[in-house]
Amino acid sequence: MTVRGDTALELGAAIASGGTTSVAAVTEYLAAIDAREADIHAFNLVHAERALESAAMVDRRLAAGEKLGPLAGVPIALKDNMCTRGIPTTCSSKILKGWEPPYDATVVERLTAAGVVSVGKTNLDEFAMGSSTENSAFGPTRNPHDLSRVPGGSSGGSAAVVAAGFAPLALGSDTGGSIRQPAALCGVVGLKPTYGSVSRYGLIAFASSLDQIGPFSNDVADSAALFDLIAGHDPRDSTSIPKPHVPCLPAIGRGVEGMRVGLIKELMGDGEIEGFQPEVIAQTKAAAAALEAAGAIIEEVSVPSVVYGLSAYYLIAPAEASSNLARYDGVRYGQRVEGPSTAAMHTASRTAGFGPEVKRRIMLGTYALSAGYYDAVYGKAMRVRTLIIDDFARAYEKVDLLLSPTSPCVAFPIGDVADPLTMYLNDVCTIPSNLAGHPAISVPFGTGEADLPVGVQLLGPLLSEPTMFAAAAVLEAAAPSTKSAEVRA
Amino acid sequence: MLAIPEDELATYTEQLAAILEHANDVEALDIDDVEPTHHPYPLANVFRDDVVEAFDGRAEVLANAPAEEGGMFRVPPALGEEP
Repeated sequence: MTVRGDTALELGAAIASGGTTSVAAVTEYLAAIDAREADIHAFNLVHAERALESAAMVDRRLAAGEKLGPLAGVPIALKDNMCTRGIPTTCSSKILKGWEPPYDATVVERLTAAGVVSVGKTNLDEFAMGSSTENSAFGPTRNPHDLSRVPGGSSGGSAAVVAAGFAPLALGSDTGGSIRQPAALCGVVGLKPTYGSVSRYGLIAFASSLDQIGPFSNDVADSAALFDLIAGHDPRDSTSIPKPHVPCLPAIGRGVEGMRVGLIKELMGDGEIEGFQPEVIAQTKAAAAALEAAGAIIEEVSVPSVVYGLSAYYLIAPAEASSNLARYDGVRYGQRVEGPSTAAMHTASRTAGFGPEVKRRIMLGTYALSAGYYDAVYGKAMRVRTLIIDDFARAYEKVDLLLSPTSPCVAFPIGDVADPLTMYLNDVCTIPSNLAGHPAISVPFGTGEADLPVGVQLLGPLLSEPTMFAAAAVLEAAAPSTKSAEVRA
Repeated sequence: MLAIPEDELATYTEQLAAILEHANDVEALDIDDVEPTHHPYPLANVFRDDVVEAFDGRAEVLANAPAEEGGMFRVPPALGEEP
């Protein structure tokens, strides 16, 4: 029998009922990886043997009558910035090459406890800095829908894994759009949860006040189930929300009758922010119409300060990164380049170990935090953050959720965007949610230029994930049918 | 510190200048009366009991070190050398 046509929840149910085994499922997915990974390069590491051992263990636990939850035995891929004990974790950086974490991230512990089986670590832009996965020290990931194009980023490897059918689930991290934008470009579902809802313990830090781990899947319900598994308070992350998680899976199927959804006026291509492809705007309007047809009330809503989001983000995120990345000094782990003194060794190790985008952000962040510029640059950006939160609050007095494109454009050709600032513009729709700490989900909705996938984004206030999943399931059901990446291959 | 070679300086300067120019829109805003947001979720200070927990990964930590000696990280001279 074939398991790769099943959703993750269907596969989990089949494994739980004895219809198939985790070993059979993992074996089939590993074969799919073998067949096409050389073309796509979604992974930094596939640990096949370890995956099969874990799968056999899950099968034994289930056979012994243990209750493991709806995703037990299902394969998953992890972005290579999440710590996995004894398994190399690189952040796609030369500076961490060969590093084996001495502990598991909380999300990894939770997956293991629930019997979800990791098959490998996925490629990313170095330290999650980028929107195309081209900034990886180990080479770019290719979009499974068109191998000449990027998968988006920075979680491009995780998005490509799900689109290529290498695993039905993946985890990514989202600091300015790094789950949602690659989800959109690869035609899969991706959630950036409320800041603090998923523990960041063991997630290698980029910008600590913005980073959040979240799920990828082909199916909306699968992302809800995976989010339910990884969410919840963790005393090891002091920013973790100390409240019980409200399960999202039961929200699937609730529908949108009477729900108020606002189209964000500033992100519809006819305002100050430019660069939106007309097909992307058309699909976003079609998504709004689909929600309306299902009983939602659609209106246009203004969130004026989103136009400052990009500027604020590219001051705040590098500032936090320049501080977080100070730890890579060649002393305790990673690559060392020897020098005559400790200080010379630090400089030589960092200069050789970091790629150009990481260096740019360290310099930018150091500038933003430097004496004399701190208030004018960093302080100002932190105040813009408040403006955005206040604008969102006003919008959510009128509507339950907001809707926008996820990315202004479909997947672009590898090597096409050479200028860093132009690359940053990819994140214009996704950044505001990170600055506000709000959740947002990207759902595939039809295709755009060159018949490539388009994603639309639902945004909501803090902890509104259940409402968001209810609406996302409606969009999924109404989305125009498109070719899967496997059919294209 | 990062050492940027001479031939890369012009490129970085140009790129960083373009990014900072884009950020001028934020610097131009008159928002001194707006409170800055340092953190998106309203949490007060978080405390926990100061309890010692066992950590069994000492050997793994040291195995990752570029240079180790007697259970410690070994580095080049830190004093008395020009950086």
